[in-house]
Amino acid sequence: MADTLAPETPQATKDQLENRDIPKIVDAAIKKHGRGKDALIPIFSEINAALGYIPAQAITEVRRQVHDPANQVLVSDNKLFSMVSFYHMFSTKPRGRHVIKFCESAPCHVVGGRQVWQALCDELKIQNGETTPDNKWSLVTTSCLGICSVGPVILVDDDVYGNVTPADVAQILAKYD
Amino acid sequence: MALFRSHVLVCVDPECLAKGAHSVMDALQDELVSQGLIEEIQVLETSRIGSCADGPELMVYPEGVHYVGMTEDDVPYLVEEHFLKGRVVDKFRKQITVAKDEELGPPKPKEVRVVLRNCGQIDPENIEDYIAEDGYAALAKVLGEMQPQEVIDEIMRSGLRGRGGAGFATAKKWQFCRNTPDSPKYIVCNADEGDPGAFMNRRVLEGDPHSVLEGMIIAGYAIGANMGYVYCRAEYPLAVSTLNLAIKQARAMGLLGDDIMGSGFSFDLEVRMGAGAFVCGEETALIASIEGKRGEPRSRPPFPAVKGVWGKPTNNNNVETYANVPQIILKGADWFASMGTEKSKGTKTFAIGGDVNHTGLIEVPLGITLREIIYDVAGGIKDNKGFKAVQIGGPMGGCLPAKYLDEKIDYENLNAAGAMMGSGGMIIMDEETCMVDIARFFMEFTQDESCGKCTPCRVGTRRLLEILQNICNGDGEAGDIEDLEHLCKQVQLTSLCGLGQGAPNPVVSTLKHFRDEYEAHIFEKRCPAKVCRSLISYTIIESACTGCTVCARNCPVNAISGERRQPHLIDPSICIRCGICKQVCNFNAILVE
Repeated sequence: MADTLAPETPQATKDQLENRDIPKIVDAAIKKHGRGKDALIPIFSEINAALGYIPAQAITEVRRQVHDPANQVLVSDNKLFSMVSFYHMFSTKPRGRHVIKFCESAPCHVVGGRQVWQALCDELKIQNGETTPDNKWSLVTTSCLGICSVGPVILVDDDVYGNVTPADVAQILAKYD
Repeated sequence: MALFRSHVLVCVDPECLAKGAHSVMDALQDELVSQGLIEEIQVLETSRIGSCADGPELMVYPEGVHYVGMTEDDVPYLVEEHFLKGRVVDKFRKQITVAKDEELGPPKPKEVRVVLRNCGQIDPENIEDYIAEDGYAALAKVLGEMQPQEVIDEIMRSGLRGRGGAGFATAKKWQFCRNTPDSPKYIVCNADEGDPGAFMNRRVLEGDPHSVLEGMIIAGYAIGANMGYVYCRAEYPLAVSTLNLAIKQARAMGLLGDDIMGSGFSFDLEVRMGAGAFVCGEETALIASIEGKRGEPRSRPPFPAVKGVWGKPTNNNNVETYANVPQIILKGADWFASMGTEKSKGTKTFAIGGDVNHTGLIEVPLGITLREIIYDVAGGIKDNKGFKAVQIGGPMGGCLPAKYLDEKIDYENLNAAGAMMGSGGMIIMDEETCMVDIARFFMEFTQDESCGKCTPCRVGTRRLLEILQNICNGDGEAGDIEDLEHLCKQVQLTSLCGLGQGAPNPVVSTLKHFRDEYEAHIFEKRCPAKVCRSLISYTIIESACTGCTVCARNCPVNAISGERRQPHLIDPSICIRCGICKQVCNFNAILVE
């Protein structure tokens, strides 16, 4: 259920580009949520939202700032990576500029979700968990969003679309650049 | 204060947002600015104008005109007609019909609303609305007139049990935590509602967040805790922001923080978000996640009441449990205990899904029968088909057949029947449902969500799924049923947490009640409900076929051949059994076997 730490060589250039931003983003997240252990998930949520994924460098940066034996906050890169890789919503691999999340739960499935999923795969020519070669789109599934009365539901970044039909897919995608 | 001649209220519930309510709002603002009306007309956000079924919706006051199905392209016309020329635009106007909220309409027959009483009735973003409905009166009563032990005694007398599914007596849990000689103590609210299709807690958090906060503050007072967490799943961003706003407003009014209402009791709350892991609904996994760790469960004891958040005594209850508390304090334990059965008191919310006429959210007194829920509250089975089974309790629940229809719903009866209360998801299935396929579907879910920490769950769910897949694919063998039974028992007995212990339930219950369907799949290579594709075949009844060619034209793989006005033929080696031919045939000439 977790992302594996894939070799990130193809994205190395992207990482380098972001190198300068990472400490800034980590600083801002820690400033907002504090240095306690219970701030770790909120901090990484913030980083994931800002960069679209959590690069190894960010994990190290968080560890450097949060690890504090005097206050019994003991974290290591390994422990942090293990935590980050556990949660579906965190990605350790770079994602496209826009992330499409498709609700794969039963209520959406029975009202035509599978056809919408097929339309998304066909339109973007990628499969679950993949990113388009131009780095524009990533396609992932999500667990139930609880708005089952307007299924099938997809999320594009933070925008929710309900009652989606296969015919709507192209139109929705066209809204994003 | 600026005076406006007119106010436009735009519904920003998730359903309307999903249909583009924000774009409509932005377009309205822009159009009002460009028409020079922005000083006269104010645009506001609101909730639940109507059902959201025809969203985005907006309401114009003082006229009280209700517009539905708006798009941003409609906005310039609406502004010109309604606000410049003063003419109501009929084509956008909500047709006056009986109000129809697909999720939560007006109470249906036999419904009793306690937890949902304020949902859709008050503005969740305004604490004063809640206070006007007796909000925080229970807290005032508790802090002013009751000792902590009296609060626990009152909850004990009410008979309230955990609404998260297991049904443990709430007051016993509180007492256990209160008696643990360690401090500080913590209050946790489990708002990690992960069961697919279950959204009861979301509606309470979004529609009446203060009822949950008030319940938590009262619990904090009773137990002796000064700090609490609401753990909400990240899939519910609106619930999180509504909660945060509610907490802010409660703090500003002195209902959270130091010395609440001058009583000397201090309590504060924080919202913690998950990051997408179903298993975090399990209490020890949830606590690990609050502490910033992998959300993996651990073995109990020690129970959270002894060692919970940060190793300190912690009381963890479900959203619905807390939302019941203020009502019990205000109206009394006897009132609450007057509803329900001998051992299960009060009401329960259910999310009804599947093949019934009215799906959505309901709240009914415990002790109601399944028949009443399905035929009176939910309006009966769709298309007058026959009832086959109801799946209760989410992915870890069980399937009950027709002989349980007159069973009274309470914790004991459901457990005895092989299902469970769970969080309250209820999927009703008609006669065209294959029970082996349903068991496979739920096993796919639990197998995927198994956190992997303990072997019985990690490997056991995978093996169970493989056997079920084989049976559905027509590769079932003699001995499969016995293997399933054996494996189910092992996984139930040896898994670490409720996810693994409950995962085999859909298999166990379908094996118990629909064993003949498994046998038909394995020994006769036949799917009685005609669902499992590998076990069915499509043929054309020669005498009924008129040769209209509709089926041949619609077949996605060109498996159907035949001359016009001559009977057609399906080539079984090409047919993918998608069923489209049966759907499009106007002469019932397609036979499924």
